[in-house]
Order: sequence, then C-alpha cells, then structure tokens
Amino acid sequence: MNPTTDLAGREPILQVRDLVKHFPVMSGGVVRRRVGDVHAVCGVSFDLHEHETLGLVGESGSGKTTVSRTVLGLETATSGQVRYQGRELTELSRRQMRPLRRELQIVFQDPYASLDPMITVHELVAEPLRIHGRYGPGAGDEVRELLRLVGLNPEHGNRYAHEFSGGQRQRIGIARALALRPRVVVLDEPVSALDVSIQAGVLNLLMDLQSELGLSFLFVAHDLSVMRHVADRVAVMYLGRLVEVAPARQLFARPAHPYTQALVSAIPLPDPRKERARKRVPVQGEVPSPVRPPSGCRFRTRCPKFADQLTESERAACVEKVPELVDRGGGYPVACHYAESVELL
Amino acid sequence: MTDIEAPEVARTEGEFTVRQRSQTRMVLRRFVRHRAAMISLVVFVLIVLWAFVGPHLWHYSYQKFTPDNSQPPSWKHPFGTDSSGYDGYAQVMRGTQTSLKIALMIGLGSTLVGSVWGAVAGFYRGLVDTMLMRIADLVLTLPLLAIALVISSRSGGSWYWIAIVIAGLTWAYVARVVRSSVLSLREKEFVEAARALGSSDTRIIFRHLLPNALGPIIVNATVLVATGILTETALSFLGFGVQPPDTSLGLLVAQAQTAVDTRPWLFYIPGAFIIAIALTVNFIGDGLRDAFDPRQQRVRQ
Amino acid sequence: MTDTVLEVADLAVEFPTEDGTVRAVRGVGYRLGRGEALGIVGESGSGKSVTALAVMGLLPATARIRGSVRFDGEELLGLSDARLSEVRGKGIAMVFQDPMTSLNPVYAVGYQIAETLLRHNPGMKARAARERAIELLGAVGIPSPERRVDAYPHEMSGGMRQRVVIAIAMANDPDVIIADEPTTALDVTVQAQVLDALETARAETGAALVLITHDLGVVAGHTDRVAVMYAGRMVETGSVEDIFYTPRMPYTLGLLGSLPRLDREEARLTPITGSPPSLLHLPPGCPFTPRCPLARDACLSAEPPLRPAGAEGHLSACHFSEELVGTGAEEVFETAGADSEALARFADAAPLNTPEEGTV
Repeated sequence: MNPTTDLAGREPILQVRDLVKHFPVMSGGVVRRRVGDVHAVCGVSFDLHEHETLGLVGESGSGKTTVSRTVLGLETATSGQVRYQGRELTELSRRQMRPLRRELQIVFQDPYASLDPMITVHELVAEPLRIHGRYGPGAGDEVRELLRLVGLNPEHGNRYAHEFSGGQRQRIGIARALALRPRVVVLDEPVSALDVSIQAGVLNLLMDLQSELGLSFLFVAHDLSVMRHVADRVAVMYLGRLVEVAPARQLFARPAHPYTQALVSAIPLPDPRKERARKRVPVQGEVPSPVRPPSGCRFRTRCPKFADQLTESERAACVEKVPELVDRGGGYPVACHYAESVELL
Repeated sequence: MTDIEAPEVARTEGEFTVRQRSQTRMVLRRFVRHRAAMISLVVFVLIVLWAFVGPHLWHYSYQKFTPDNSQPPSWKHPFGTDSSGYDGYAQVMRGTQTSLKIALMIGLGSTLVGSVWGAVAGFYRGLVDTMLMRIADLVLTLPLLAIALVISSRSGGSWYWIAIVIAGLTWAYVARVVRSSVLSLREKEFVEAARALGSSDTRIIFRHLLPNALGPIIVNATVLVATGILTETALSFLGFGVQPPDTSLGLLVAQAQTAVDTRPWLFYIPGAFIIAIALTVNFIGDGLRDAFDPRQQRVRQ
Repeated sequence: MTDTVLEVADLAVEFPTEDGTVRAVRGVGYRLGRGEALGIVGESGSGKSVTALAVMGLLPATARIRGSVRFDGEELLGLSDARLSEVRGKGIAMVFQDPMTSLNPVYAVGYQIAETLLRHNPGMKARAARERAIELLGAVGIPSPERRVDAYPHEMSGGMRQRVVIAIAMANDPDVIIADEPTTALDVTVQAQVLDALETARAETGAALVLITHDLGVVAGHTDRVAVMYAGRMVETGSVEDIFYTPRMPYTLGLLGSLPRLDREEARLTPITGSPPSLLHLPPGCPFTPRCPLARDACLSAEPPLRPAGAEGHLSACHFSEELVGTGAEEVFETAGADSEALARFADAAPLNTPEEGTV
C-alpha cells in the first residue's frame, strides 16, 4: 500500500472504458432460442495505475468476476474498450493476444480447481515458461527460485498439487502467475477459500511481491476487511455497475453511496465493544435478478435512503435516470443522485 | 514482554503426512482390494506370458504336423492333436497369441483414435462437435459384424487387418465417452488457467484434458479388448477372420465344430481360453472402474 | 450461576476410516445457561461442526461417540430415535449452513412451519397454525409474509430461506437454538439480515444459542461467551471480552492477529504458519506445537488441560499462558511474507519482457 502517493499524475497502465458483458439465456428444448440476457457487466470504466492495487468489491451478482475475466480476454466483451499501455485488447486476435499474456496474468480463487491434478508442481509452475518458449537450460533453477519466492520448499517440486494444503496451493498459483514477470496481475478472490490464519500469510506475500516487484494488482474480492488491508483504491460494484470509487481510507471512513454504507455497516468487526456500539445502515431484500435489473438506479429496490428519506419527486429521479459515476463534491466519483458521506467507523 | 524465544523444537512437516498418497497410488490401492480383479489380472498376465513365451519353449510347432493324428490329451500332447496331426498345445498357444494380438491392437487403436476424436469434439463444441459426433454416431449404427465380414473377405486373413477393421468400427464408443468427460473437464478452472497463460488448444487437449480423462478411457479400453476377442472369434468362426496356415482361437473353434462329440478336446479347450480371456479382462475392467470411481475419493480437508 | 439448560461433558467422537481412526472431537465440555449465547469458533478441521451434530444426534452410524450431553437434565446420548425426535424441534432447534438441509422442496414454507407447530402442539388447529406461521415469517423480517406463506423454497433466495429455517426453529419456543455456520454461504448484507432474525428468535423465545462459525466478527457481535476449538478440543473459553481483548492461548492470539480489520489500517498481519494437524495420527502433547512460537519441550510431551487463566471463567489450554499477558500478536508471531532473499534475487534479475516483443 502506498497511501501517500498521489496517483493523479501517473499514466494508467490499464484503462477500461464502458465495458459491457451480457450472457445470453437460452431456452431449453430442441431448438434453443435466446430468451433474455444476464446483464453481468453494464458500462464499467476505471483506470489501473502502475504499482497500485485497485480493489474491486461487490457481492454475488455484482459482476466483479466477469469484469476480471473480460479485462484479460478470457471472456469476450460484448462492447467496450480495454487499453493496456495504449493497445486496444478487445480488438486483438488470440494469436496477437498471446505475447501480451506474459504481462497480464491472473490468480484464481479456488486453490483446488485451478491446478491440474495430474501434473507435478514443478511442471505447473514451468508451464508458462514452456508455452512461451522460455524453458531453456537453467529453467529448472528458475522454477525452483519461483517456488522459494512464494515460501514453498523447492524440493517438493515433484509432488502433486493435491498433496499440499489450500494455502500452499494458492502460493503455487501465485508462483505460476509470476513466472513470466507480468506487470499486471488480476487476483480473483485469491484468499476467499482459505482459513483466516492462512489467508494472512498469502496476503502478506502478495503485498511483499507487489512492493518489491512493482506489480499492479486488480484485486477482486467480496471481503471488505481484506480489501481495506491491501487496496490503495477501491471500486464498489453493484449489479453490473460501479457505484463508488475512492481511496481505501476514504471509502471505509466516510462512504458516500448508500450501498457502500450498507456494506460497511454490515461487516461484523472482531471487536465486541465496537461491534455492539455500531451504527447500522439496514438494507432490505435481496439482490434483484441480473436478467431484469431495475430501471434507473439499480440499488433503489433495497436502498434505505430511497425507502425512508426521499420525497416522491426525488424518488422519480432514482427510477428514471441512471446515476452517473461522477464526483459530486466529495472528491471521488459516486453514482447516486443523493450521495452523502456518512461516518460509520 | 518482548522477545519470546522458541528453543529448538523439532518442527515436523505435518503438512505432508496424510496427503502422501498420490492419486495413482490411491487408484492402485483400490484396485488391489478388488479381489476378482486382482486374480483376473494374475491369470491374464499368465495367459499372455504363456501365449507369447510358451511357443519358444515347446518342442512342437503349430505349423508342423506330427505323426500322431486325432489323439486325446496325453503327456506327449497335453491338448491332444487334430486329424492332420497338428499338436493341440502348440496350436492353442499360437491361437491365443494371435487372438490376443488382435484384441490388444483393437483396444489400443480404437482407444487412441476415439480419445482424440472425442476430445476434439468435446473441446470445441458447436459445429465441430456436431459434425464429428454425427460421423461417430453413423459409425455406431453400422452393423459391426456385417461390415467386418465384407471388408475382411477382401483383405486376406492377416491379423492386423482384422484388428484394424474392428477398431475402425469400435472407436466411436470411446469417442462418446471421452467427449462427455471432456465436456465437463473443460469447464474446470485449471483449463481456464491454461488459457490465461496463453496455451494453445492442442496443448490444452493433450496435456490437460486427456490425462484427466484417463479413468474412463482405461476402463473403456478393457471393455474393447474383451469385445475384440469375442468379435474376432465370431469372424473367424464364420470363416472371415484369421485364415490358415495362421490360427486363432476362433478359427480353432470353427474347425472343431464337427468334432464336438468325437474329439471334444479340440473344441472345448480353445473355447475355454476364449471365455477365460474375456472374463478376466472384464473383471480387470470392473476393478479399474471401481478404482477410478471419484465418489470413493478420500474426503478433502 | 444461571440455570444450566445444556451441559456437555467429555464429548469424544471418532470415525473409523480406511486410513485409521479419525479423532474428530477429543474431550469437549461446556455449560450453556438459559438465554445465554455461546460462540464456538474454529477453522477447518477443528471439530466444531461434529460437536454440534453429536449433541443433536445427527452423526452417521459409523461414528463412535463417548461422553455426556444433558439437556435440561436428560441424557441425550443413547436415546431412542423417537425420544430424540421429540426433543429436536421442541427443546433444541437447529439451523444449518444450507437451508435446504432443513427445508423440503415440495412443500410451501408456511406449510412446513405449520407442520412443526402442529406436531409439537397437539391441541392447535390448522387455521391457528397458519396464522402463527405468518406471524413468524414477519418476525424474521420476510416482507409481505401473508403472500410468502404459500411460496416454495426454490422461489426464495438463500437469505430468505435461511430466515424461514429460523422461523421454523423458533416456532415451538425452543430452549436452545444451535446454529452451525448459518451465514457462511451468504452475502454480507444478507448475513446481517439473517443474524438479526436470529437475534429476534432469541429475544422472542428466550432460547439459549450455540453459534458455531469460523467468522470471529459474527461471534464478537452476537455471543456472550466464546470457546475456541483446535484439533478437536477446546483450547480457550471465556467471556467474549476475555477472548478478544486478553487472549491467553497462542492460537487465539495468532488467529486474532491474522484478521484484517475494517476499522484500522495495519501494516502487517500475523499469519500462523503451517497447517492444522491430521486428526488421524495426533502426536502426544499439544497439537498446536508445530505452529506455536512459544513451543518448548514441555509442549511435546503433555497436552495442556483447560486451566483458569486470568478472569473468572476464562480458561486456556496452554502451559505458558501467563507469558501472553499484555502481549500483542506481532510480538509473538512473525509477520512472514515472501522469502526476502529470493525476492531480492528475483527483482534484480533481468526482466523477461522486452518492449519489441509486445508489438505485432
């Protein structure tokens, strides 16, 4: 984390503009027809700067995982642009994209599913080198160094992934992602599947790696506490759209969007006195279906502000107009017609 | 309170104690526990050794006839002789050898072709899948025996042609099985990981998908070997399989049809071998199927 | 000392497997007073869920259970299925992680609530049961309960289903509610709703609560007392303040230090290196030894019993718990991250990606 550095002057290494991804919903039967779309991502724009960790947080159905896949071209965007160092990724063919994959890597969520069970750990980490023609003499040592780097014993390279614990498997995944020395690493819930005490080790590792190697992280997670710890800036997603993007400290201390406020107040703190004394922002209901999202502001069906504090005419705006993600006086973009910073912690 | 020291306490590598079993070892362990499969494996291996090594150790050849005609089993001729004086023991050994060669080649050939076919279909889906699988379905509808009869009647009696013909019709079963395995495997995260690394499709299919589909592939291969033996028997029985002077178990049984009552050893002994091979291979397949069964995996912590 | 409604003593559960005997629970005991909330925390493999299942009599037949579980003075272990069924649902209610464990997909939710009401209240009429079901659905925060009462479980989201389960749980005024990871699979905003429903259930029925979870935040806000489990045993118990502010067992200390905090910025977390031990071949001595920074020879030979350590009711299973007085996690545990030498070497080595290779 580099809280004091001003990011305004730096060129973004990754620029995402108006990214849209819809998944068709097919009917069953002999002739399958498209009956609707899952609006997973609807016009997401953000910048990732060099050496920064941008957190992408949201609950289920927010679209954050789809964003992480689409940015890397693992899913084809329905529309929108993804610019890496000035090059437009969405227009590249698979062959053209291949050399760029060295620089844009990903660490997956599931330490049990993301490693091929039939391949030794050494081979797993060596695979990126082989694919890109870099497995020459001395590569064996390179692989061992990578294993050492992430805190594993290089002597265990001839074992298979399932012989390791969840935390160790995640480290193997990280070693694999680093093999080609990427510049941008997308981390899709890298610690969600791990026990808390193991999580901490992997988080420390990631932070060390970032600061020493100058990596840029797009860190996707649903756990706000983890986000607070690792992210420089945080982007909050709800039902396919960004609702607030702010530096981590700001976002958690004084969130402006009602959804962010609800999220922050819903996270239980491991501190009995504070936890019992907290101010809560209650939120009703469940996340609407992404097949038929609400018009206007998508959060309005659960928004406590909409329900309790707005007049009829004010509500009309929420129903009819999609709130833009712009700075409304707080210094950082918020997508709410009636945004108001509230101190919650 | 500062600096709490931890004096030399042996830190055991607790992480590896339970998980030591690699998957292969687990599979082997479960196989060994399947008694029928283990016994069958032993019997099968013995038969194979006998069929391939035996002829070199036996003083009679299957091609040379002896002066003893139509003799029942004795010490000199453990499996008796036929009307021309050929030694039964040598004949059955040779016959088993040929039948095994055919069956194993069928198993190997159709598994190789079928696996790749099914994997490509399952991986690409869409138009490629439809076309490939329609062809496979077509092959499946062809009557195995009829086609085999037609083709082999024109190709002479060499064993490898027979094997090729039968394999050319049975690969479609393997293709089906492998395709469905691949359809589910391709959704796994480690495949996505390979794509994210820039892996080519070929690499994904051969390095990641096929090795993970090995379970069903191997089990099916054993089924095909058993089917192969029986199909070859049927072909040779009808006169369209192996031709003299070479011999196979099916041919031996065919030639002994008329002698069932008068010289039963000529019929029942090769017949017993056919049954033995088919049974043992089936049991081995059963054992393998159980051993590979994912529901019996040890519970992950 | 309040009236004790549930008393567990020396509970031990073993599972025979092909690799040997797994000792999932090795001597667990606690007393639950009326209306009290006890949180049982532990990571995977700690045995917390198995303990709860043993109390409810829901373990598979292969499990070997020893010890005692007394509910309102009556011994539950070894009871007949018929008698246990009576106790379950009326005296002790359970909420599982997956609501579909308790809900029948082919019946409307109102029907299922009414069914449990009618079973345990022979005099009640069907109409009254339906009215009460609607009331209960409203109490747990389900909007428009009079419409939802005829809905089926698959028509509801996960959070709502879980609240229906809580409604069923509170229907018969139980004395104890056992909730096993009730919110683990849910989004955090939904989690808050479900926990509120659980609080309502307790307030209305006066039931005691056993809340089993790995989430320390949930425990902090919803329990009075906490028991920390590790490798099949309780290694520390005490009031929620004791455990969170003055832990006296290195595992607890490390666990608390490894949590990233929403309300604070810390530079480093304190992970606990290694993994939980295998429950198959537990070595003698304290099972936390291989991962404990305080480990000494004494730890290898004798497993420490739960002993008083500080305030009244605060027990810890550590030979050296006094050394933890006044320490923070960073002082005891290392904040390990990457191997710094290897990292320096890696950083210095020439980069693989030269500019011209990026162009088409």
